[in-house]
Amino acid sequence: MTDRRTPLRPLSRILDARAHGADPSVIEETERGRRKEDHHTKLRRRAETRLLVVAFAFLAGFATIGLRTATVALSPPEEPKIAGDTSGASLVATRADIHDRNGRVLAKNLMTNALYAQPRDMVDPAAAAAGLARIFPDLKAAEWEEKFTSERSFFWVKRNLSPEQMQAVHDLGEPGLLFGPREMRLYPNGPIAAHILGGAGYGREGVAAAEVVGRAGVEAAFDDYLRDPALGGAPLTLSIDLGIQAATERVLAGGMALMNAKGAAAVLMDVHSGEVIALASLPDFDPNDRPQESGAEGQSFNRVAQGVYELGSTFKLFTIAQALELGLKTPKDIIDIRGPLRDGGRPINDFHDLGKQLSVHNVLVRSSNVGTARLAMEIGGTRQKAFLDELGLLKPTPLELPAARVVRPQIQDPDRLINSMTISYGHGVSTSPLHVAAAYASLTNGGTLVTPTLLKQNQSQFGPRVVSPAVSAQLRAMLRDVVAEDIGTASLARLSHYPVGGKTGTADKPNPEGGYYEDKVIATFASVFPVNDPQYVLVVTLDEPEDSTGLEARRTAGWTAVPVAGEIIRRVAPLLGLRPEIRQNAALAVVPGSN
Amino acid sequence: MKVFLYVVSLIGVLGLAYWAYQTGYETRATLRQVQKLERDLGGAYEELSLLQAEWAYLNRPDRLRELTVMNFERLELMELAPEQFGIVGQVAYPVPVEEDPARDLSELSETLRDIEPTQGTLGWQSEDAPQILQPAERLYEPELLP
Repeated sequence: MTDRRTPLRPLSRILDARAHGADPSVIEETERGRRKEDHHTKLRRRAETRLLVVAFAFLAGFATIGLRTATVALSPPEEPKIAGDTSGASLVATRADIHDRNGRVLAKNLMTNALYAQPRDMVDPAAAAAGLARIFPDLKAAEWEEKFTSERSFFWVKRNLSPEQMQAVHDLGEPGLLFGPREMRLYPNGPIAAHILGGAGYGREGVAAAEVVGRAGVEAAFDDYLRDPALGGAPLTLSIDLGIQAATERVLAGGMALMNAKGAAAVLMDVHSGEVIALASLPDFDPNDRPQESGAEGQSFNRVAQGVYELGSTFKLFTIAQALELGLKTPKDIIDIRGPLRDGGRPINDFHDLGKQLSVHNVLVRSSNVGTARLAMEIGGTRQKAFLDELGLLKPTPLELPAARVVRPQIQDPDRLINSMTISYGHGVSTSPLHVAAAYASLTNGGTLVTPTLLKQNQSQFGPRVVSPAVSAQLRAMLRDVVAEDIGTASLARLSHYPVGGKTGTADKPNPEGGYYEDKVIATFASVFPVNDPQYVLVVTLDEPEDSTGLEARRTAGWTAVPVAGEIIRRVAPLLGLRPEIRQNAALAVVPGSN
Repeated sequence: MKVFLYVVSLIGVLGLAYWAYQTGYETRATLRQVQKLERDLGGAYEELSLLQAEWAYLNRPDRLRELTVMNFERLELMELAPEQFGIVGQVAYPVPVEEDPARDLSELSETLRDIEPTQGTLGWQSEDAPQILQPAERLYEPELLP
């Protein structure tokens, strides 16, 4: 634009040139040359811009093609569709199966049909209602006749029909009764592993399909995973072993009946990988028909992961472990156990008179409250709380159950000496049996922290160290003697084929109106087997057990939880593939048998 | 020349049209077949899933336990217990029968000669049959567990 304004022959310069006698045409030439150059520059710029635009267009084109290729390559191949199914439901069941560690089915989807009614299409509502009442005994003919003749145009009649029922409804020949495809969650093993699986129900419901939603247990915890269509039908594999779970539940149910307990819980866990092999809580329920009730006494209450109880003397192991780890004591050091100890609250006494002094080893073997309380005094409340926290006893367990993650252990302030002393033997601190199982696993597996999991693992966990390997070995020796020595509190768990170690715990149940019940206890046995090379930890808890076979009712864990745990170990150890100890000179005892 | 080109191109167009028509129908037929196969696959998957569920239901531990109890007389199946394990030295193997290969052969040839062809059965007499080694006498009678 500026060029136009600059004349080819600017008058001032021409006049100037003329005055000096120069050739004015040179000025014009120069000016022309400059203009030509400008023009060239302009043309080149335009060409460059065009090239850029074209290059950008190509780039965009190639990028689009490339991205599309990538998405095609990366996206899972399209599932074959059930033709005629316009809803686009995938061929493979939309909710993944749940398997146990050996691939046995724990939960599966089945196609069924739901029955619904559209009264405006009905030919004979009265006959339809009567027919339905004949097929389904729980439906009342009069009630449904009233519904079918009402103003409403749509009713759900039944959620899931068996093929026979469906055929029977077909045979009624009523055009107003229609079927909608449904997926149904089936738990083929019935109540086995009920608390782990939880249960499922329907979410949004339509005529063509309904959403299956996990209600509790792993069904709820892994709801998003199970519904992920990208899985392509791959099952969720749990760490549970179905056979061992069934055996554990059966023995536990027998023990609960024998000991007149109103509830029982057992958890079997791998000390290295943290895998929960079996988790039983009684009373239980059938996940195919999950009860609606809730509350700490109900069927659907998971006593292992959800219930927090004062687990009593099982906590003594933690106090002694800390005393050994801090180097305050060795197992042979002698402790004064003369009672009672007092600090404001209730006096601390031993269950039986255990004499004047005991070694640290025997404080655990004979379960001395006074001895443990004295150790707690040396350790101090702050360090005690820190150690319990390190063992994971003061926070919810990371187990993959919705119920386990919200349950918070309770502890009284250990800065008060009396609380610190009672916590040392498991009073004034409430945790779930699962917490104790994980802590026992961490202390006995060589001293590294283990967190419980319900998913199958391929390797051991290598968590942070909580105690040294030497202390872990000392603790194992103590736990062994609790069972192996006659003075120990758990001698009833002595098995001829497997070395077992463990610690009993009997805690009075707190009375909701304040104080503690005199005659109601929670009896716990936390055990490790084989104790010379720990593989598994088993915690058995009985709620209000009472062994009335003797002259007076016996409620302590040594008489109730211990024999039940012993029987569970006897039953499941061969299933776990543990090699029994066989004495060379034992009488021939080979019997044919299989399972 | 021009006419020839017209004719050739016309024939070409007709041929291509026929080809396109044919391919279109073939494609649709193939799609229908794919749909049918998918339907069959869907049915098969559904059936498979049903069978798996039934298998799991029939093999549920509770039912198997009931079956072992019901059939204990015949099968004598017991729960796996540590007492059932032993070391090799504890197993009472049957005493091996002293065998004389030469005598066996001569006996066998005699036996074979004795068989009457008219009977039409090829085999040993019952007393000539090779002795099946009986397992050692059971030392422990399993009891029915409660």
